[in-house]
Amino acid sequence: MSTLVITDLHVSVETPEGTKEILRGVDLTIDSGHVHAIMGPNGSGKSTLAYSIAGHPKYTITSGTVTLDGEDVLEMSVDERAKAGIFLAMQYPVEVPGVSVSNFLRTAKTAIDGEAPKLRTWVKDVKSSMADLRMDSSFAERNVNEGFSGGEKKRHEILQMELLQPKIAILDETDSGLDVDALRIVSEGVNRVKDKTNVGVLLITHYTRILNYITPDFVHVFVDGRVAEQGGPELAERLEAEGYDRYLTKA
Amino acid sequence: MTTTDLTTDHSRATADEAHSHGLASTPPNSSRADRDKSFDLDVFPVPSGREEQWRFSAVRDLAPLFVDQPVEGSLAWSIDALPAGVRLTEVSVADARERSVSAPGDRASAIAAAHSGGARALTVAPGSVIEKPITITMHGDGSEARGHLLVEIGANAEVSVVIERTGSATYSEFISVDVGQNAGLNLVLLQTWEDDAVHSGEVHAKLSRDARLRGSVVTLGGKVVRLNTTASLSGVGSSVDLFGLYFADSGQHQEHQLFVDHMVPNCRSRVTYKGALAGASARTVWIGDVLIRKEAEGTDTYELNRNLVLTDGARADSVPNLEIETGLIDGAGHASATGRFDEEQMFYLRSRGISESEARKLVVRGFFADLIQEIGVPEVEKGLMNAIELELDMVEADDE
Repeated sequence: MSTLVITDLHVSVETPEGTKEILRGVDLTIDSGHVHAIMGPNGSGKSTLAYSIAGHPKYTITSGTVTLDGEDVLEMSVDERAKAGIFLAMQYPVEVPGVSVSNFLRTAKTAIDGEAPKLRTWVKDVKSSMADLRMDSSFAERNVNEGFSGGEKKRHEILQMELLQPKIAILDETDSGLDVDALRIVSEGVNRVKDKTNVGVLLITHYTRILNYITPDFVHVFVDGRVAEQGGPELAERLEAEGYDRYLTKA
Repeated sequence: MTTTDLTTDHSRATADEAHSHGLASTPPNSSRADRDKSFDLDVFPVPSGREEQWRFSAVRDLAPLFVDQPVEGSLAWSIDALPAGVRLTEVSVADARERSVSAPGDRASAIAAAHSGGARALTVAPGSVIEKPITITMHGDGSEARGHLLVEIGANAEVSVVIERTGSATYSEFISVDVGQNAGLNLVLLQTWEDDAVHSGEVHAKLSRDARLRGSVVTLGGKVVRLNTTASLSGVGSSVDLFGLYFADSGQHQEHQLFVDHMVPNCRSRVTYKGALAGASARTVWIGDVLIRKEAEGTDTYELNRNLVLTDGARADSVPNLEIETGLIDGAGHASATGRFDEEQMFYLRSRGISESEARKLVVRGFFADLIQEIGVPEVEKGLMNAIELELDMVEADDE
């Protein structure tokens, strides 16, 4: 059982026009085994939340705390956060030329576990996870994200989540740009990992469609850098029907 | 995101297109082949740095190598007992001129030939097939040195020669490589100098009918290293593969110039050079010229240069040039790209638990892995990845 606690988080970025505050006091608690959907219009700060938790250098935390099982996450370096059990599936995974998927996965697994995985079980695990995600075995020899289609990149992110077994996974718009088939494969992957490892999930999305495949326990509506409303799955249905307009006019 | 700062890829070039790029190293209407070659020093004035072939060079550091004077020092050679069929002999300056496949192409190598105090010739008898690589270590004690080396491979011979430069020196050299009919030479030049060495070298290889040359250059050490390699495909059916691997960190200037001259029909050439740069003042230059002469029908050529910039401030220049004088060729192309290992790639790897130093190693290992396998001398391949990782460790130590 793990808990990620975000308390009154304020985050800013440097822009050519000066410092801009993007998160204005976010409070959120995520327990193992729960799926929290973060929904909201573009520019509301959803991705900033994801990247701030993972430790991207672009974002400056001006106040507030983030803890994982009581440990101060904000004090940790990016790789320490990953080792502590935080995983970020990125919206735009970057290409890493010259590094094969298989080499990358093994290096990451070794780093996270502090020891190299046992070769035989590891190879089996990678193969079966790839098969579950309908990834051809030739994928392992390709360079990380190089020439991957949008759907392949997202499946590769979920593959990492499955193999690295984080305590808390943040999925940043993993559904954006996917067709229904790819969306189903990715969603099945998330559900499978959750059933197997009891991971806590922060599911950031702009669309409600993914929630047909992954049932959230909680839905939080993000507007203008803070949570404007929260509730259960029924809130998502309401958003599906009404959109974000009512929050935007209020703001 | 991968930012590719500069890319050219003309996989199928034709004779109709001009193939000089913005930074063309060949002036219009003049061929790369027209450059002077001579043992006469007066032909080559002292370079100012404005000349076409010196404009990317660390001319100030190379200046001692332009001085027309004898020097006291020399590199100390270590070499194992030579197998049957291979001889190492002293050759007079005058004889060495006669036996060189070409005259020097610039002032530094002309001076090297003039003041070498006599050349050494490594000669492999026709038909000798030498299994074990011949390894020569040339060690500098910090003094000035000049060298002239002849590598002569007799017809139908097969051999690998590894030349490693260690220690420190202010050194210039002229290496003539004569690959006889249907002979095969694998020549590896390793520059593992200490940090303050200054080295200018010209290698001119001539390939006879059906000859094969695999030439690898590995430049890791030295303050300034400038290597100018020419392969003259002068015999029908000859084939050349030129590989280069370089790693520059702060304060290092590494320049590799290549000229592949397709003189006769049905020859093949491949040039593959890759470099990594780390550290604020790291600097590399790659200039790859390929000439397909009117007579060279059926030519098949491709040259590639890739650079990986690991930290801010490092600079890689890459200038490919293709001159084509006949349309009757099998293929001609070149590609050049300089990529940056940027903050986003670093963040991605670190967000998977991989530390900063391990992330750099992962990327650099991947970048060089294919190339190292091409060197074809297992003894060299084995040590090379370790040597590169040592370079990376030094970069990180500097950062701290």
